[in-house]
Amino acid sequence: MPVPMTITEKILAAHAGVSSVRPGELITARVDIALGNDITAPIAIAKFKEAGAGCVFDRDKVILVPDHFTPTKDIMSAMQVKAVRDFAREQNLTHWFEGGDSGVEHALLPEKGLVVPGDLVIGADSHTCTYGGLGAFATGSGSTDLAAAMITGEVWLKVPQSIKFIYKGALQPWVEAKDLILYTIGDIGVDGALYQAMEFCGPAIEGLSLEGRLTMANMAVEAGAKSGIVAPDEITRKYIQDRARRPYTFYASDQDAEYARIIEYDVSGLEPQVAFPHLPENTRPISQAGTVPIHQVVIGSCTNGRIEDLQSAARVLLGRKADKSVRLIVIPATPAVYRQAMEQGLFAIFLDAGAVISPPTCGPCLGGHMGILAKGERAAATTNRNFVGRMGHVESEVYLVNPAVAAASAVLGRLASPDEL
Amino acid sequence: MEILQGRVHRFGDDIDTDLIIAARYLNTSEPAELAKHCMEDADPDFVKRVKPGDFIVAGKNFGCGSSREHAPIAIKAAGVSCVIAKSFARIFYRNAFNMGLLILECPDADQIEEGANLMVDADMGVITDKASRKTYRVTAIPPFMQELLKSGGLMAHIGKKITHDNC
Ligand code: SF4
Repeated sequence: MPVPMTITEKILAAHAGVSSVRPGELITARVDIALGNDITAPIAIAKFKEAGAGCVFDRDKVILVPDHFTPTKDIMSAMQVKAVRDFAREQNLTHWFEGGDSGVEHALLPEKGLVVPGDLVIGADSHTCTYGGLGAFATGSGSTDLAAAMITGEVWLKVPQSIKFIYKGALQPWVEAKDLILYTIGDIGVDGALYQAMEFCGPAIEGLSLEGRLTMANMAVEAGAKSGIVAPDEITRKYIQDRARRPYTFYASDQDAEYARIIEYDVSGLEPQVAFPHLPENTRPISQAGTVPIHQVVIGSCTNGRIEDLQSAARVLLGRKADKSVRLIVIPATPAVYRQAMEQGLFAIFLDAGAVISPPTCGPCLGGHMGILAKGERAAATTNRNFVGRMGHVESEVYLVNPAVAAASAVLGRLASPDEL
Repeated sequence: MEILQGRVHRFGDDIDTDLIIAARYLNTSEPAELAKHCMEDADPDFVKRVKPGDFIVAGKNFGCGSSREHAPIAIKAAGVSCVIAKSFARIFYRNAFNMGLLILECPDADQIEEGANLMVDADMGVITDKASRKTYRVTAIPPFMQELLKSGGLMAHIGKKITHDNC
């Protein structure tokens, strides 16, 4: 009898070259993609060189995306990007993105079909867990892990226990994947899934678009998880079939697989959620947000910067204007999203609403550039972290919301539901 | 491992990587530069007070948030010899061992007081408050992590796998 396994355990076993793995076991696994960005890759490259390594293990499988401080915001960040560019050229990497080719890494890779279902991905960026939305095992690591993976094509991993989340019921209007994950983090806490894998399933997940599933998996790390995953299905197949340039494998959990916990939610009555400062677990339904004046609205990031997100914001902003007291910043996550938004007429809606449209970048999400908050300012953002000082001054505040709520908050100048318009 | 001695700098729960080293300083990875801003948004005076060998003691989920290795680098470069917390966020935990910063999980970390003078014996898994002689147990470091620490981090550990055969 084969040992029953979760989807996560199956992917890890396949990449460790064994027939089964158990939670807690330490494995050395083969990686399909090793990813770095302009902040984390420079350290990895320095370590790679210090170690005296010659070439990366596979020039198709090491992907470097400068996206945090790009277009480079100052001399030091330009030097960092240059170090990454020089390395990418020297190693003749197939996937190096810059300028008009670059976008927020975790939006870019799925869109280009560079990560496929069944992959094992490690990235020197905590939101690498995003690719779980495609049915891949993906986890964030540090620069040293990236350096080691670039050399050996391998990573050491402790097999995580899994928590199964079952979402039942149909979603109300304006309730999106973002709200499901914020609600979940609000329920289990920012360390509620520490060292564990979050497996999202149930009718509400099956009904989500692939983009929505990426949003859910993206924020698994905000619950402390190692990874988040959605089993691939027809929606995944439709998304991936014309993008993938290599074979992919659909894995699924066995019926009798073991879980650390099984948590079930009925989400039919769920409202849009807001995570109050300064932790993603401080969630409340929008109806209980009270009157919170907002000075800046950011719509973008690896969480909610895809075309679906911009469409959702545009539906709310159509024919409306952002309040005079609000700076509305829209950041399409990738060049392709940028083009689609332009061609679909969304830019006209945003410009009429008084928005600034930024080139694809992480920008203000991490307090890098393109919209930094002053002391005492508050932002409603579709991003994923609202830590102290995350978007600027240590006495500024970030409220995490979905794109429709962000848009409505821009119009009313305070945290608001689209239903209030 | 040698026995460590130093003073305690206390922090609370869920100390995130933005508090350890804010993103505005991530346009460099120079340890000395990063050290200047270590813990700045949690305690602006931390770098002025910290002495070589001191300890950071915190609550649960220390190091949550970003994967920036700049966080353990900043802590190490600021002179901190060891971080003691109730629990650690996983990427921070990984990074610390990979780059050779000692971190210890201590279920009773909450009871250790600000300014206390500690003696830390990582091999025995015991922390002693020098004034009160009170001792605290730490969770044993898994064997693989001990190996990593002994070899001086992940790069040294994979040493023999480093080749030019890929070229
Ligand atoms: S958009 Fe924000 S969370 Fe996503 S990779 Fe960039 S900085 Fe990180």
